[in-house]
Amino acid sequence: MDYKIQVSKLKLYYGDVLALKKISLNVQPNSVLALIGPSGCGKSTFLKTINRMNDLVDGVKIEGEVLIDGDNIYHPNIDVVMLRKRIGMVFQRPNPFPKSIYENIAYGPKIHGLVKKNELDDVVEKSLRDAALWDEVKDRLHTSAMGLSGGQQQRLCIARLLAVEPDVLLMDEPCSALDPISTMKIEELVTELKSNYTIIMVTHNMQQAARVSDYTAFFLNGEMVEYDETDAIFTRPQDKRTEDYITGRFG
Amino acid sequence: MVTTRQNYDNELTKLKQDLLNMGTCVSRAIKDSVTSLAQKDIELARQVIDGDDIIDKMQVDIEEKCMVLIARQQPMARDLRVLGTGLKITTDLERMGDHAYDIAKISLLIANQQLIKPLIDIPRMAGLAQKMVNDSLEAYVNLDIALAEQVCSADDEVDSLYQQMLRELLTYMMEDPRTISQATQLIFVARYLERIADHATNIAEWVIYLETGERVRMN
Ligand SMILES: Nc1ncnc2c1ncn2[C@@H]1O[C@H](COP(=O)(O)OP(=O)(O)OP(=O)(O)O)[C@@H](O)[C@H]1O
Ligand SMILES: [Mg+2]
Repeated sequence: MDYKIQVSKLKLYYGDVLALKKISLNVQPNSVLALIGPSGCGKSTFLKTINRMNDLVDGVKIEGEVLIDGDNIYHPNIDVVMLRKRIGMVFQRPNPFPKSIYENIAYGPKIHGLVKKNELDDVVEKSLRDAALWDEVKDRLHTSAMGLSGGQQQRLCIARLLAVEPDVLLMDEPCSALDPISTMKIEELVTELKSNYTIIMVTHNMQQAARVSDYTAFFLNGEMVEYDETDAIFTRPQDKRTEDYITGRFG
Repeated sequence: MVTTRQNYDNELTKLKQDLLNMGTCVSRAIKDSVTSLAQKDIELARQVIDGDDIIDKMQVDIEEKCMVLIARQQPMARDLRVLGTGLKITTDLERMGDHAYDIAKISLLIANQQLIKPLIDIPRMAGLAQKMVNDSLEAYVNLDIALAEQVCSADDEVDSLYQQMLRELLTYMMEDPRTISQATQLIFVARYLERIADHATNIAEWVIYLETGERVRMN
């Protein structure tokens, strides 16, 4: 089995502070990996090493390897813009551009020169359909994205990613600002999307991790304490710290 | 340790206590049912029969508690295993209670008959089954895996006693057809005891699962 993502002995320093301590883990293609752990344990930092978003932060030093489809993404020859196109990211707060719904989706394919002008409509429709948003917005494509509800905005952000045809989706607490129904829609969507994408999702909601993910990694103080199939993590975790965290008994 | 879920922990402790109370009642019912048979004690047999409703009610209460805790607390990991095994153990206990009831019914049926043979193997088998039940409950209280494994291996002995009794009673029936009616009842008793031992084994297996997260199949 070829792993989609292979992380080995990954260390990340913010200045002198070691924020990721030798993380090694492999991610299967077409699976959902949930990252869980208390605030400040390094989940977002880890996620951002997968698309090199940390490059943008001053004083960051990275050691170890991240391979995607076998290629080391920290190799000097890697085109970071192309990398971020392949590895899309969704954030905690939906961040649509202050433009129309249509423009939000069309923007990426246009700048990447992915489609001819007459194909744009199709790409917009397909992306919105894949993000389970089409029916709700098809009659208002040219109105501002800012007028959508939070849950719709989040799905718009996902549609915007899908339009540039990535193959990995990174999601950093994508539902934390959403109501239960929007949350369920995103969760359903994640489950649908995994047949075409590999997904890593940070969540503070244990039930969400249990519902949507195939694998779960528990982080604590920059360390990966336990990584296993989700079924195993939530029924018989091996490490006492994992057990305490997921059962809500963390002192 | 300071726990962030004190109320929840109290509920889980209470659940365990309820299961133990139920176990104590069931163990008692098994003992009394066999005593009523051996001593032709109609009064005791009636007590066992009447007591079954209480045991059934305990099961319903425990199930209800487990369901409510699952709904309200969304248990994970060990907590989940505590509740999952709670549901299974209460079912095993309730079945054992039913078998004690069945045995007590047979006591009433044959209380005014001359026994076709002295009861030797049935009390022996009952003693073994009884010990398995008590040990499985003790293993549950103390999360004692070694004791749980002991319960599982004791089951073989009960099984072979059952086979032996079956052969013996068949011989009686073939030699003298007038014994058929009572011998059949005694075979039922042996069968119930054998089932009780199986349920005790199930409980022991659930204790092992509760403690290790691993499902074992001992019998
Ligand atoms: N740009 C930065 N400069 C310096 N330190 C940082 C920076 N970003 C994060 N950190 C530190 O690195 C550690 C990990 O932070 P990170 O944001 O990855 O945690 P997290 O697990 O995502 O937490 P949360 O659940 O609160 O989002 C924290 O101690 C944080 O303070
Ligand atoms: Mg974060």
